[in-house]
Amino acid sequence: MARVWKFGSHVDTDQIVPGRYAPYMTSEADLGRYAFIEARPEFAQQVRAGDLIVAGKNFGCGSSREYAPEALKAVGLGAIIAQSFARIFFRNALNLGIPTFEADWTDEIQDGEDATLDVEGARLITAHGTYALVPPPAFVRTIWREGSIVDYFRRYKRFPNEP
Amino acid sequence: MPHTLAEKILSHAAGRSVHAGELVVAPVDMAMAVDSIAPSIISILRHKLEARVRDPERVAVFIDHVAPAANVATADAQVAVRRFAAEEGISRLYDVGRGVCHQVMIEERLIQPGQIVLGSDSHSTSYGAIGAFGTGMGASDIAMAWASGYTWLRVPETIRIRARGRFRPGVGAKDLALHVARAIGSDGARYAAVEYAGLDELPLADRQTLACMTTEVGAKVGLIPPSGEVGRLFHAPDWLEEEWDSGQADLEVDLDQLVPLVAVPPAVDSVVEASALADVRVDVVFLGTCTNGRLKDLQTAARLLEGRRIARGVRMIVVPASSQVLAQAVSDGTLAKLLSSGATIGTPGCGPCIGRHMGVLGAGEVCVSTGNRNFRGRMGSPEARIYLASPAVAAATALAGHIADPRPLLAQEEPAHG
Repeated sequence: MARVWKFGSHVDTDQIVPGRYAPYMTSEADLGRYAFIEARPEFAQQVRAGDLIVAGKNFGCGSSREYAPEALKAVGLGAIIAQSFARIFFRNALNLGIPTFEADWTDEIQDGEDATLDVEGARLITAHGTYALVPPPAFVRTIWREGSIVDYFRRYKRFPNEP
Repeated sequence: MPHTLAEKILSHAAGRSVHAGELVVAPVDMAMAVDSIAPSIISILRHKLEARVRDPERVAVFIDHVAPAANVATADAQVAVRRFAAEEGISRLYDVGRGVCHQVMIEERLIQPGQIVLGSDSHSTSYGAIGAFGTGMGASDIAMAWASGYTWLRVPETIRIRARGRFRPGVGAKDLALHVARAIGSDGARYAAVEYAGLDELPLADRQTLACMTTEVGAKVGLIPPSGEVGRLFHAPDWLEEEWDSGQADLEVDLDQLVPLVAVPPAVDSVVEASALADVRVDVVFLGTCTNGRLKDLQTAARLLEGRRIARGVRMIVVPASSQVLAQAVSDGTLAKLLSSGATIGTPGCGPCIGRHMGVLGAGEVCVSTGNRNFRGRMGSPEARIYLASPAVAAATALAGHIADPRPLLAQEEPAHG
């Protein structure tokens, strides 16, 4: 069982990890401790590996900072399910191998709920229902399987969609 | 099927005809990194990819985000970045004071229309100002581009914005960008290419403002066809000049109808007329950034500030976008006007826009910034408030001590008619 951490729309990268807490500014190796440090301080203290973020529209808007999704990977986040994702965040999360799903039913999920994410079956199961997820395309699955796009690239010396 | 401008550039890069939705692997003409992200890129390149820079001529590195260094962590990181550049034979390292990456890339003519340009900074859409496919990416993507010379891209759909008419006095490119944000929303161009039309007369500086701000509506790239001043300053290849599918406009804007606008925190698309915010008192006015820190922006502010004094209790911080902008502002008298009015000046670079140095905001403070983001905590305390506006609104605000429409000041300057 995973806990749902519910967020609204337009969660920007300054909320996920403020620029002042960048590894560049602090030399801190443990990025996870800064996840939502100002926007939601209890997150980093209480989040457990496999937990899920469920959010509204345009999750991750703003900066190109890969350390935002990296902080979420560092705490072992299981997946992010949002109505939509901002472009660079989506790409960074994909590159890091963090599962992301777009879904239009996220308003029905409550903060603190227990949920089970079935990645293979492409569904989220909660006490009050089962919600379908769109299965990711092969390109995305390939990166997830390899761990990250950098792992893939080092191994095959090319991108997953290159002939 | 005809190509949009974005499809045309990606088709040329990929060596085959591609359309929106397809994935391509394309050679990268230039991949730049900034000081705040370069240490991560270097770490991925060396320790995870176990690779070196494949072509140092296609790499540029900028120390602009925290320049000069604000603490030991940033100083140490900058030492490592300089050492890396030397080891890899990267000659294009632009150090403290040279300026904001997006301005210097264009000043130094490191890129040309039709090229594929990646940046480790989200505002790399700025290169669309000269008709280059500029887009922001994270550390992993830049590291792979440095190692291989290639990147993968999904060909974006295009959102077309067509302008007609001319800006009225006191109104400019930033107002147009804020109008667009209000019209389509901060995610209105998510994953898409924004393509502007009808702006052939627009100077380069204003194109940079517009292209930069397309990031704030979620765009992957913000393209302005390389006409007018850009056509004279840069070399557009023949294939780029050929007709493309400029299609139906998704948004039409009558420039004559635009008025000075302000984005109310914490969202770029929460936009109202400057004149409606006269009850908002401000502590700090920040004039600078990749969005609005160019000579034209400083001149616009100086024209309003000349012979006047900034209101008591307001700090006005001016950070020229580059050393070239600073030198020009010195030689044409712009800087003297700004300083005489009570403004102060910071080292060319990103300045306080990212809340790390040179003017971090405290709880309860209110800032009018010519930058691009007003997220909570962007410039410091999450309890500070950031209003985004043009250089003209910023200057009028500095004089009034509250958010102000610059047009009444301009009207005072007009010669009396007999």
